Amino acid sequence: MTPLPDHAATPQSTRDWLLSDAPTTRRQARLGALYQGWLVFRANHLAVVGLIILILLIGTAIFAPLLAPASPYAQNLAERLQPPSAAHWLGTDHLGRDILSRLIWGSRITLFIVGTVALISPLIGLIVGTLAGFAGGWVDQVLMRITDIFLAFPKLILALAFVAALGPSITNAVLALAITGWPPYARLARAETLTIRNADFIAAARMQGASPLRLLVLHIWPLCLSSLIVRVALDMAGIILSAAGLGFLGLGAQPPQPEWGAMISDGRTYILDFWWVAAMPGIAIFLVSLAFNFLGDGLRDVLDPKGGAE
Amino acid sequence: MSAPILEIRDLRVWFGNPPDRVDAVKGVDLTVARGESFGLVGESGSGKSTILRALAGLAPTWSGTITVDGETLRGTARSKAFHRKVQMVFQDPYASLHPRHTVDRVLAETLKLQGMDDVDRRIARLLDDVGLGQGFRFRYPHQLSGGQRQRVAVARALAGEPALLLLDEPTSALDVSVQAEILNLLADLRADRGLTYLMVSHDLAVIGHLCQRLAVMQGGLIVDRLDAAALRAGRADSAYTRHLIEASQSYVGSAG
Amino acid sequence: MSAPLLLVRDLRVAFPTRQGVFEAVRGVSFDLGRERLGVVGESGSGKSMTGRAILGLVRPPGRVTAQRMELDGQSILNLPERQMRAIRGRRISMVMQDPKFSLNPVMRVGDQIVEAYRQQTGAGRATARTRAMEMLEAVRIREPERVFGAYPHEVSGGMGQRIMIAMMLASGPEILIADEPTSALDVSVRTEVLRIMDDLVRDRGMGLIFISHDLNLVAQFCDRVLIMYAGRVVETLAARDLHAARHPYTQGLLNSLPRLDAPVERLAVLERRPEWKDGPLDPALVDASMIDAFPGGVR
Repeated sequence: MTPLPDHAATPQSTRDWLLSDAPTTRRQARLGALYQGWLVFRANHLAVVGLIILILLIGTAIFAPLLAPASPYAQNLAERLQPPSAAHWLGTDHLGRDILSRLIWGSRITLFIVGTVALISPLIGLIVGTLAGFAGGWVDQVLMRITDIFLAFPKLILALAFVAALGPSITNAVLALAITGWPPYARLARAETLTIRNADFIAAARMQGASPLRLLVLHIWPLCLSSLIVRVALDMAGIILSAAGLGFLGLGAQPPQPEWGAMISDGRTYILDFWWVAAMPGIAIFLVSLAFNFLGDGLRDVLDPKGGAE
Repeated sequence: MSAPILEIRDLRVWFGNPPDRVDAVKGVDLTVARGESFGLVGESGSGKSTILRALAGLAPTWSGTITVDGETLRGTARSKAFHRKVQMVFQDPYASLHPRHTVDRVLAETLKLQGMDDVDRRIARLLDDVGLGQGFRFRYPHQLSGGQRQRVAVARALAGEPALLLLDEPTSALDVSVQAEILNLLADLRADRGLTYLMVSHDLAVIGHLCQRLAVMQGGLIVDRLDAAALRAGRADSAYTRHLIEASQSYVGSAG
Repeated sequence: MSAPLLLVRDLRVAFPTRQGVFEAVRGVSFDLGRERLGVVGESGSGKSMTGRAILGLVRPPGRVTAQRMELDGQSILNLPERQMRAIRGRRISMVMQDPKFSLNPVMRVGDQIVEAYRQQTGAGRATARTRAMEMLEAVRIREPERVFGAYPHEVSGGMGQRIMIAMMLASGPEILIADEPTSALDVSVRTEVLRIMDDLVRDRGMGLIFISHDLNLVAQFCDRVLIMYAGRVVETLAARDLHAARHPYTQGLLNSLPRLDAPVERLAVLERRPEWKDGPLDPALVDASMIDAFPGGVR
């Protein structure tokens, strides 16, 4: 798209270009909207802290081989249960493995769990919820009753069932969490859809001959995404804790994988005299959960129509 | 004499089931000739907007006959041909545009759905026709004023080159000075393109300005029909109409 | 010559935004006697903000400043909240646009009036109830007993607004600020509601500030009119002289209205000129807002 002929003698600064109320190209409009959203996000300092922590988490996971001082599986029984020291910054566990290295490598597992559940659950919820809200009638009834059934499943019991059927592994743990986690998103998406579907802009699109599929995907989904994203971020903490709980029960990651929840479980017996074995992974989980909570709050400021761009 | 572009016979629109059933329109007959500007006046609850919505396929339960340019309408589904011929401009400029779509996206999608080609050029032309410059093309709705949004809504309605335009209180949510601009725009467009208007409003002065014939509605029924000249002269058959005329009197003479 | 009920000099309301400070009200001055003063403007003119500033309803980060803002000689500018609460409702009341939003939907109408009255005057429940019934009759509600026990969603818009008026006038304030009181009502109900408000205001010797975008309505029910544009008062005149308005904005507003009795081919479009917003104000058009020229109101 050719930009407008320049009307200003002085060149616009990039900031002004992004904040302009009259964008001249598709790119400018999109980037401008993103930048303004970023400014709102940045105003919330805790949210920025959360974002930094999460970036550090992702960085740690990506660069684990470079960052970890030792192999997470290398056992050294002579050095077992050493307190934090210069040689082992976070101490060693009951098999002499460096806890710091295990935490660093474990971040990959944490990210895998969190990422997978965060992608699967809301997606299922979005599809089910918007379909129910948009179609109405018996489709709505059936889908909502299915949602109710899944909502009634306790996560841990289902995970146990999966493990019993398929064997314990991280993948099965994630599957269990994703399958039981989608109903709240479905309810949220349905509520949003019920409000949106009576809006004039939907009626206008219908009058242009837009198919229901187009209305659903291109008009309704973008508006539901905001609240879903916020909800996901805020739920992340719970997902991490659930995964840790499964690991703790031995239903998720299997030894010797350095999954943080499993590490806490291992450190259970030594907690009184050798607190660091359980406390270090506990602190890691705490920090990441906190970061997601902060991030979710910040995202809500940006994406919530009440205070945002609307 | 060409056939009327819109014919409505014994239209009844209701919502809900007994005992909670609400009858919004209780038997309305209406004929609009091609190229005419017809107004529907009434207060809230009179059923005037409901008639438009039934036409557009937005009312779930109705009975009677509606014929648009020879095509009989049924239920809520509308054919592609109908969408080419009939378009609607909604009342609330803040609700009729998708908050996350730029003006360009709205018009491009509309043109695509209407099966138009040469999208870029048409978008530029539409923006010019409604008095918005090219500079507005990539704005989001929250970067537009109420009047500008309404212009975009008109541009969207015109994209498919319709013959009949349904106007649901297009200026009631706008400031007085902006209303004048939009009314002028609508008048110009009708003159240029030979459009037919079916316009709904609670404001008699607006209807009197833009419409040639009008019908007054109360409680789901048409209680009076008159033409603009009679309206201006205050010659109305029904007492209700005279009451409405009186309530819309101007207490101030022209200034300047 | 008596002192004005309300005296406002150089009122300013400012909000910080990402693009700098935005002034919604930029130096508004007027006196209010026992009269009906109309404040007319379009959206963004600052008229509603003026009303809210008087009542101390502008929350931070909004900032209200003025050279003087006095009620009966006593300054009410940026008073601490506790003192402002004694004034709000008791001495200055406000009726807003839509009774659907200003009445509590889960409380019976009568209870709301009683609660408001008791909070403002500290009266007992029996006294308050009697007073509430009196007020419902004063606003010409035919079956006050039935309405007393009704919920807001069970009454029509016009009746809801009359209930608001009853509630706001129960404690006998000196000034009533009405912010678009009839914009959400049907045309045929408007006149009646305004007439009721008008009679009450006159009977009690109150001052009325009538904020609206509707010039016609204001001309009908007010003695004087302030025309606001972009946060400033650009013209002041007696309501009956509106047709002789001299400021081009006022003239433009009047001329751009479609009229049944004066049909035109094209409506005159208001050409906004930048000097209306930023240029100097004509003292001949604006100074007349001071009570020296219009002691105690006109008519």
